[in-house]
Amino acid sequence: MDIVNSPGEHPPNSRQPAVTRLGDRVFLGMSRGSGILLLVIMAAIAVFLTVRAIHAISLDHSDFFTTFEWNANLQPPSFGIAVLAYGTVVSSLIAMIIAVPVSVGIALFISHYAPRKLATPLAYLVDLLAAVPSIVYGLWGGLYLVPHLQGLNLWLNEYLSWTGIFHKSDPSSAARSLFTVGILLAIMIVPIITNVSREVFRQVPKAHEEAALALGATRWEVVRMSVLPFARSGIISASMLGLGRALGETMAVATVLSASPVLSARLLDPVGGTFAQNIAAKFAEADNFGRDALIASGLVLFVITLLVNGAARLIIARRKEYSGANA
Amino acid sequence: MAKRIDVSGLSAYYGNHRAIEDISMTVEPRSVTAFIGPSGCGKSTFLRTLNRMHEVTPGGRVEGKVMLDDENLYGAGVDPVAVRRTVGMVFQRPNPFPTMSIYDNVAAGLRLNGSARRKSEIDGIVEKSLKGANLWNEVKDRLNKPGAGLSGGQQQRLCIARAIAVEPQVLLMDEPCSALDPISTLAIEDLIGELKEQFTIVIVTHNMQQAARVSDRTAFFNLAGVGQPGKLIEIDETQRIFSNPSVQATEDYISGRFG
Amino acid sequence: MSHAMTQDAPPAAPLNSLLSHRRMPRWAPAGIAVAAIALGSGIGAVAGLASKLQWCLIALVLFVALTYLITARVEGRRQAKDRVATSLVWACFVVAVVPLYSLLQTTISKGVKVLDGNFLGHSMGGVITTQPGGGVYHAIIGTLEQVALASLIAVPVGLLTAIYLVEYGRGKLAKVVTFFVDVMTGVPSIVAGLFILAFWIIILGFGYSGFAGALALSILMMPVVVRSTEEMLKLVPNELREASLALGVPKWRTIVKVVLPTSIGGILTGVMLAVARIAGETAPVLLLVFGNQLINNDPFNGAQSSLPYYVYEQYTNGNDASFDRAWAAALVLIAFVMILNLVARGIARWKAPKTGR
Repeated sequence: MDIVNSPGEHPPNSRQPAVTRLGDRVFLGMSRGSGILLLVIMAAIAVFLTVRAIHAISLDHSDFFTTFEWNANLQPPSFGIAVLAYGTVVSSLIAMIIAVPVSVGIALFISHYAPRKLATPLAYLVDLLAAVPSIVYGLWGGLYLVPHLQGLNLWLNEYLSWTGIFHKSDPSSAARSLFTVGILLAIMIVPIITNVSREVFRQVPKAHEEAALALGATRWEVVRMSVLPFARSGIISASMLGLGRALGETMAVATVLSASPVLSARLLDPVGGTFAQNIAAKFAEADNFGRDALIASGLVLFVITLLVNGAARLIIARRKEYSGANA
Repeated sequence: MAKRIDVSGLSAYYGNHRAIEDISMTVEPRSVTAFIGPSGCGKSTFLRTLNRMHEVTPGGRVEGKVMLDDENLYGAGVDPVAVRRTVGMVFQRPNPFPTMSIYDNVAAGLRLNGSARRKSEIDGIVEKSLKGANLWNEVKDRLNKPGAGLSGGQQQRLCIARAIAVEPQVLLMDEPCSALDPISTLAIEDLIGELKEQFTIVIVTHNMQQAARVSDRTAFFNLAGVGQPGKLIEIDETQRIFSNPSVQATEDYISGRFG
Repeated sequence: MSHAMTQDAPPAAPLNSLLSHRRMPRWAPAGIAVAAIALGSGIGAVAGLASKLQWCLIALVLFVALTYLITARVEGRRQAKDRVATSLVWACFVVAVVPLYSLLQTTISKGVKVLDGNFLGHSMGGVITTQPGGGVYHAIIGTLEQVALASLIAVPVGLLTAIYLVEYGRGKLAKVVTFFVDVMTGVPSIVAGLFILAFWIIILGFGYSGFAGALALSILMMPVVVRSTEEMLKLVPNELREASLALGVPKWRTIVKVVLPTSIGGILTGVMLAVARIAGETAPVLLLVFGNQLINNDPFNGAQSSLPYYVYEQYTNGNDASFDRAWAAALVLIAFVMILNLVARGIARWKAPKTGR
């Protein structure tokens, strides 16, 4: 969003009374104060989490970053985030690999392929689905998706176990694995990514599409030449929005994953954990120190989501030169 | 590589609204034909029926025949995609692909073909097309810069280069100068004069001086009233239209009595 | 093999090859789909594959491959690519609709089982979790109070921040605020929960309460309100502001009397959507409100429940009676969120013409 065109930029003379009148001063003070309050909250999140986290990590008897187990209640405490970081990244990656292409496909379907009578209600439906709370996805995932994915698990294990990642140690165990979590997260973020992408596709200037059409492009070539390049940064930020949701998702993971402190490349095995899931699972039994330890893991999650956000911003900024804004 | 266009009994619709009604005319090869008329008279709509771009608009459909030499554009089994490759188009506002470089913009149509062309061959066609559009000297040192970075007039010539790179039979221009300054307009008009050596050119313009300057034949369109379909009033040698038109309405329009 | 290539040939070339080429009949995609499904099922049945999913996968692969091969033969490579893209886009649609439909269908069909007046009007007090009975009354009360408190905090702050950014926002501070609003949008709900835990409960020493949950929810709500309000304020034409200022109306009264009323529909829509979003948040409630089987009407004292928390709690009980309650509560939650969404849409439509768009 650039604010260069913000309608707030009045000629200087209209700004004059804003500083003199009492009403204006109070109003400006309040609105500026709110903005500052937001900054203070962000700073406070970082500071308070860091303070508690340092306290916890300094008393951790094992290495915080490489330890698998989470035993903050032991004397001396011993806990680490290796399994959680791995699980968070892997499940989100699986979700992204599935969700991004499918979402772009659906968004294209709505904006360029579907008959109009189907497109409008469909767009509406996707809108509503994006608002379904994650706990509902979690409930459905835990009670419906897990048993229904067993077949796919067996199939993958039978034909693709040579890849290693699709080898299932105990084929009869329930599909409460990082793989299932990834699929559920994908289903959850598809409406979010679709929504934003569709909005971007809708904004592709008609002129660019007609330029391609007039050169004799087929519908797919129009999409490839005009729509996708124009929408690329929009798709990236939509995906990052989805990734942010997937990384921080608590309930949909907590209801599906059968967690254990094992770091395994075998995606179908019901082991592993994620940051958010671990916090939800360990919170009830945590004492004062245990809560600090969980806050430390939350801080890592916070930093990861910040990095993802920053990366998205960088990608978008780098593509500015080729943006369609000035066409 | 220029063809005659023969239109007979053509009507175009937006949903149930008839935008143009029962138009018949002949466009001669290797000449410039200008369409003039008041706003909303359907001249742009008509132009877009000549390469089947009209049906891209939701609800757009066409009745009648458009013969390109002896093939009907609206005949059974005709592929609109192939039609648009044969009949190129330049739009009112320059619309280079914003994410592509100057070079890629010109090569875009060639690459659509998918068939393996050698890089040197594409290089040659890009250079030839940019020269054909009088743009080569201005951009030859920055072919890899984005096309959107050029000035408006340069962008429009880039779009013309892009259109002629695929060697169409006919070139349609929809008010190509209306978004440009006078100097750029002059450059485009000169270019049109050169291009007619090779292509059949049809140009829609709001500017009657421009029609008089660049065209060999001029067609005047008009509509009976708001909501009525547009019609072709007459088409003749440009000189005759501007000096001694056979229909009173044409003379009124040209002499500025309405429109 | 595209026929458009023939334009390189002399003009005397047969014209029929220029514009038309062999095209497949309109029913071709459907025909190929039927053939692929039949073939896929056939292969599946003969090979004795148990899972229907495998049949579908085979059929899908066959469909894409057949589409490409047949089109490439009849219409040429470019058309083949076009048709494959079309079939893939349709496939995406089908692949995505199946789970989403299943989610809604399962929740509704299982949710209506125990959903009745009794369920809505009672708490879990005195109910043995493995037995049927009990309800969500206490959770609904909790959700309503927590969401209302969160909105009470987040809406004014969000609104004023948006006004600052759009109406006064120049210079560094506005840029920094804009940036951090974006960052804040990405804060996971559990992190917001942990922050309030650290700040409000551990350091300031307050107990678990609905209000603590509301604080975390308000952090999640603020950036959403700022973003949507900002968009709406930007839509107000500058001429309106100038007209008012030119009449000698002070700037703050211009904002309150002219700018805000013009965009109030859009702002309300954004607020409703933000409310819908936080009403479904579970993680902060889990950390800060603690959960309660009984009715607690006081959000400032003692543990409460909330709808999403209730769903999770019943799910973790792990027996059929609890699962039934979980589905019913999930249905109530979805209905609540959907109603908020529909109301938001209604407001947007009702106010739309007045925003001058």
